[in-house]
Amino acid sequence: MSSALIKVENLTLQFKTDEGLITAVDNVSFEVAPGEILGLVGESGSGKSVTAKSLMQLNPGNAVYSPESRITLTVDGEDFDVLSLKTDRDLKVVRGGAVSMIFQEPMASFAPAITIGDQMVEQLLLHTNMNKKQAHGYSIEMLERVGISDAPTRFEQYAFEFSGGMRQRAMIAMALSTKPKLLIADEPTTALDVTIQAQVIDLMKDLVAEFGMGILFITHDLGVIAQTADNVSVMYLGKLIETGTVRQVIRDPAHPYTQGLLHAIPKLEQLDVPLTPVPGDIPSPLDRPPGCVFHTRCSQMIEGRCDTDIPTPTTLSEGHVASCFVAQYGPGGVAEASA
Amino acid sequence: MTDTASTALSDEAALAEQKRKEAYYTAGQLQLVWARFKRNRSAMVGGIVLLSLIGMGIFAPFLSPYDPTIAGRDKTYQNGAPQIPYFWDQNGFSFRPFIYSYTRSRSAASNFRWVSKVDEDKRRYVELFVTGWEYHLMDLHLDLPGDYFDINIQVLKSTTHLFGVDQGQIHLFGTDSPGKDIFSRTLHAIYTSLAVGTIGVFIAFVLALVIGGVSGYYGGLLDGVLQMITDAVRTVPAIPLFMALAAFVPDEWSAELRFLFISIILGLIGWPTLARRVRTHLLTERSQDYVLAAQLCGASPGHVIRKHLLPSFTSYIIVDLVISFPYMVLSETALSFIGLGLKDPVNSLGVMLQNVTKADVLLNYHWYFIPVIFFMALVMAFVFVGDGLRDAADPYGGH
Amino acid sequence: MNGETPLISTKGLSVHFGLGRKLFGERKVVRAVENISLDIPKGSFFGLVGESGSGKTTFGRAILQAAPITNGTIAYNDGEVDYDIASLDKGDLKDYRKRAQLIFQDPYAALSPRMTVRDIIAEPLEVMGLTASRKETDKRVREMAAKCRLNLEHLRRYPHAFSGGQRQRISIARALVCQPKFLVADESVAALDVSIQADILNLLKSLTEELGITILFISHDLSVVAHICDHVAVMYLGRLVETAPTRELFAAPRHPYTKALLSAIPSLDPDNRGQAQKLEGEIPSPTNPPPGCKFHTRCPHVIDICRSEEPMLSQLGFEHDVACHRWEELFEDQAPAIVSAQAPEARPVPEPVPVPKPEPEPAPAAEEAPMAPEVLANELARMRRKSRIAITVSVIALLALPFACAL
Repeated sequence: MSSALIKVENLTLQFKTDEGLITAVDNVSFEVAPGEILGLVGESGSGKSVTAKSLMQLNPGNAVYSPESRITLTVDGEDFDVLSLKTDRDLKVVRGGAVSMIFQEPMASFAPAITIGDQMVEQLLLHTNMNKKQAHGYSIEMLERVGISDAPTRFEQYAFEFSGGMRQRAMIAMALSTKPKLLIADEPTTALDVTIQAQVIDLMKDLVAEFGMGILFITHDLGVIAQTADNVSVMYLGKLIETGTVRQVIRDPAHPYTQGLLHAIPKLEQLDVPLTPVPGDIPSPLDRPPGCVFHTRCSQMIEGRCDTDIPTPTTLSEGHVASCFVAQYGPGGVAEASA
Repeated sequence: MTDTASTALSDEAALAEQKRKEAYYTAGQLQLVWARFKRNRSAMVGGIVLLSLIGMGIFAPFLSPYDPTIAGRDKTYQNGAPQIPYFWDQNGFSFRPFIYSYTRSRSAASNFRWVSKVDEDKRRYVELFVTGWEYHLMDLHLDLPGDYFDINIQVLKSTTHLFGVDQGQIHLFGTDSPGKDIFSRTLHAIYTSLAVGTIGVFIAFVLALVIGGVSGYYGGLLDGVLQMITDAVRTVPAIPLFMALAAFVPDEWSAELRFLFISIILGLIGWPTLARRVRTHLLTERSQDYVLAAQLCGASPGHVIRKHLLPSFTSYIIVDLVISFPYMVLSETALSFIGLGLKDPVNSLGVMLQNVTKADVLLNYHWYFIPVIFFMALVMAFVFVGDGLRDAADPYGGH
Repeated sequence: MNGETPLISTKGLSVHFGLGRKLFGERKVVRAVENISLDIPKGSFFGLVGESGSGKTTFGRAILQAAPITNGTIAYNDGEVDYDIASLDKGDLKDYRKRAQLIFQDPYAALSPRMTVRDIIAEPLEVMGLTASRKETDKRVREMAAKCRLNLEHLRRYPHAFSGGQRQRISIARALVCQPKFLVADESVAALDVSIQADILNLLKSLTEELGITILFISHDLSVVAHICDHVAVMYLGRLVETAPTRELFAAPRHPYTKALLSAIPSLDPDNRGQAQKLEGEIPSPTNPPPGCKFHTRCPHVIDICRSEEPMLSQLGFEHDVACHRWEELFEDQAPAIVSAQAPEARPVPEPVPVPKPEPEPAPAAEEAPMAPEVLANELARMRRKSRIAITVSVIALLALPFACAL
């Protein structure tokens, strides 16, 4: 499996808070290959942002990783164990070097008092051995590549002078200027208008094809995933409950949560079908349900099984994995196969 | 899977857990703030120190063995070193703490300077709850212009003091050049500084609330004008102002009146900072959705201020108040030190430090500086408590 | 139009915000809402759609008199009363407040964090004096809370104990407790997760049907609007671009912007990629709108007249209006589902009715619009450049002064 760009194994992350130890991510494993777009889908509280930040060790100080957690980054044949990197110098490889991240709120990600150009040049100077002049030229090239017209003028401008879509594109330009192997996109299109969103998604797909990067695309919008991603992983309350190719998960969802989610999404092609919400409310992270984390809201829950035992990932078909007793054994099946 | 005993136990635990959660859900703002404050160790320590210092200040007459004014000075022990009670010396152990006697003599041999000789055989025992000078726990005489306005408040007359000595006097922190007991003076100084601080902060607070509140709520031209006034008051330099006031204050004014006057003036120049904070809070809160929701119900500005805006920044205002305190105390200290503030017999740290600049004192009589430690503790305690309150005050933040 | 009087009928409604104060020269104005004439039928679930800068939020607030109305009239007629909202006096305004309410977008900012849920829901009743005693208030609060599926024990809690969806339910309960006839839901489900969104939408739909409320549903999410609204209006840069019954709008849109908007929505079908029609360019800034048709800078079907003349709303079918110069030729292959009894005629937009209102004075600083950052930012950038020069010059002068004196 060394072909994988980044491999996450058994990642478990807890936060120390005033209210106790909160489990944000519970035993999550996935991998991203070069040139692949992996979509990480989940609602609020699912732990997807926290997982992404772990890949660059960007979580706040009160984060506690379990000892079995392992994140392996493969760059130019060399393996890095991200969680064991301690000093900032070691982490420089990961942060901004081999791995770049773009965020939901680009206004918050650009320093407001420094021009966009200066920030891009700073990034290049930190991670590559270009000199200032080369960095300047390359940054303007990148701005043009992402579709920002009149790049030399824009280079001298400040973040607040850009519109939302342009800011996001400038952010993509900045993230990609160091030619990272993996791009983590944390809800990049959520704050954008739908017409701009379409442009940005297209841009990201083109750039992946051109640079051969892998993208970890985090969002709550399954429509965007359907249009962009190759593979999808669905998270709920810190657990990865289903993984598969985009076609498998969307056409043939195995986990009741995925099914519920797909039914709740309003679809333009099915205007006559009423919207069916997933019943109940997402439990507070202080209140994690025993057994399967979803059982409190699951209409197909098996009494005595789903509320006591934690389901393990089972392969349903090639590449399609789900953690669910109902998917594993069918709706009745407690009697079949022992755990 | 589980037997009944442990289910019963886990049921109980579950019930307790449920109760705890319910308490969290229904906790009002103040309760949440207190819960968070309790968990902050340095803030709690600061709080305890602060409360003990305040207690010491309030009960200063009870705790101090001698009158801190010139009336209670010890002529036989001027510029004397601190006398620490012992429990044990070469003459044996004693349950009662004691100090030594001393004799003073002056002769040509010592260049006619008073020299004390300690006599280790003659002990003087420390006693508790002795009878001493008469005092009132709270004693306020204000001789305001016009006989009608004079204020005379006296509370709890007593003559008991916590400790004293069977013969002579005991000076835990030593004495200064007229012979006044520094320990007694320190305790009274704490009281005075706290009183000045309280009055000053109170006045500043009332003014800030009114001016900052009107400014922040109405905005527009009114806000602009009030802000200009605020900035103007803020730029008034304190020392020249006090110099002018010191010249202006008539000599007939009693020390207490002077003390009240200084406090009021400190309040009057201290309000701009607080007013600015109040205004900022109001400006941000005013544009919140829930305020608009209330206005869309037709709520009057009074209702909006009372029910929505004021509660939202009560916690911040408390923090601002606590943090303003040390500034008042330190300002008063500085002013009194350079002679523009309080004078004898009213005691404060600044007054006590007035004589400290002599070379004699700096070289020989280091105990003059002991009150400084108390004041550092007071200010630091305020700061820690204020910081702790500030951290605890926003339990709803973080969304 | 069916014969019944619409609940809300705006004619030539304009809302302009002033930007900054200039002693000399033109004052910059943001035309957040420009000349909108729209009818909202009684009992309908009316959707208002647009992207950022479209002015939909401002329009919703203007109808509630929470935004300053520069021009135009808004007629409100619910069978009991008949007001012109643009010129209400104090007493009528108080009465209007009982009949029209607002639900906010951000569930976290919409609830006062220092009040219990019971107090939050009871506030409209107490402020407007709608109940005679505390007991009656409590009873009504409990009824409304039950309708919104909030438990009794929830009433004692503070907002920090609740999730986004639950808070939105509390908001809805608060808005409905005074029994309004008209509700404006301003992006009420935008901040919620998809699974909760469906729940809140269903709740809104059932409540409005049960209580006979007309609702103006403002959203940027076309799929949501398609499912739940019976009539939709599309706005772009403050102008009304197209309005039609939902099915018709989504089956046969006639305005190029509507078409682009619909195709930009990411489809859930993974095999349906690359079919979207991509719109080039950015949305123009509301302070600097292009001349003529506001959409012409991004329109794939632009012709000369679009650049100079603003199109009027033309009626092309039953309750289907569109503002485009080329509506007759474009997308002709899509037949409108409902054919009107009358021949399609160009219905000119009525002249902005002169309102008996004083000239809009320079709005005080407090009333300036919550601007998109770019708009304010341009001003800031300009000021900053000017002040940079001024500061440099004055610093040099100050430094040179001692030398000058020494000479």
